[in-house]
Amino acid sequence: MAKVFIYPATSLILSDLVARFGHKPLGAALGIRERIQTAGVDSPPLQITPEEPKRGLKYAAVEVPSGVRGRMAIYGPLIEEAEAAIIVTEADLAFGCMGCARTDELILFSLRQSGIPILELEYPTNEEEGIRFVAAVKKFLAGLPDGGEA
Amino acid sequence: MAEYTPDYVGTVTKYVFVESPSMTPGELALRAYEASEGVLIKETCFGLQVTGEPESVDRLLEEIRSFDPTHIFVKDRGFPPGDPRRCRANLGGARPGYLGHEREFRILRYITRGLEELDRREGDEAEPAPPARGKRPLLDIKRLQELIDTEES
Repeated sequence: MAKVFIYPATSLILSDLVARFGHKPLGAALGIRERIQTAGVDSPPLQITPEEPKRGLKYAAVEVPSGVRGRMAIYGPLIEEAEAAIIVTEADLAFGCMGCARTDELILFSLRQSGIPILELEYPTNEEEGIRFVAAVKKFLAGLPDGGEA
Repeated sequence: MAEYTPDYVGTVTKYVFVESPSMTPGELALRAYEASEGVLIKETCFGLQVTGEPESVDRLLEEIRSFDPTHIFVKDRGFPPGDPRRCRANLGGARPGYLGHEREFRILRYITRGLEELDRREGDEAEPAPPARGKRPLLDIKRLQELIDTEES
């Protein structure tokens, strides 16, 4: 079972397909869950504490805004852990404030720099594209270590 | 600064989405309760949220997926169900993240079609070509000006 980073990191479709074909999807929920289940200082809503931008220094320079570094404290360890990645480009649900947008750019840059196998796709807009989308994901995942249908 | 004591430590929560012509979230919930064995199940408008020990949740999800494999989709959730920081009962409006799910929910039928077709073609030599990544047309400058004018008026 390989650990596969998904982008958009909240994607239902990618998370499901990766798990369905026998691998572990690495998405935003894992990083959030870790913080939500760790005791400490109350910092709602996401338990992002002042410590996170400091941890984010590992992934972004000190002059990068703290919002980006705080987000990278969630995504950075997941990217380090990932053995492969699936990226949906032009996903219209992957938008947000400037902090989110810059973090997304840094995530994609970090993934491409990491040298892990990456599959880049676009969301399907009809049934034919749906078939090709699923086939491409299945083929990519089958080529990873311990690949195969669950 | 207030101290934070987490609930549901050591558990996982997963969303189950059902987009099926033959099964509603209510029916899915009833069948899931039968197989739950201690896993917390919350019915939602789109499916379920299941919370429990990782092994129990995985076992239940395997069972749930078998009800309608190509129409049931699963993903992780960071928060436990009903968490006041996320629950719309406390916040009002759609739950954060719901609109993203709604957007992907519309595409699920294409994914279902893909899964069904691949199951049907299992063992076939012919494999669908990978999707072509077309370049999207850029926004025309005149159209941008029109949008700005519309917004300002």
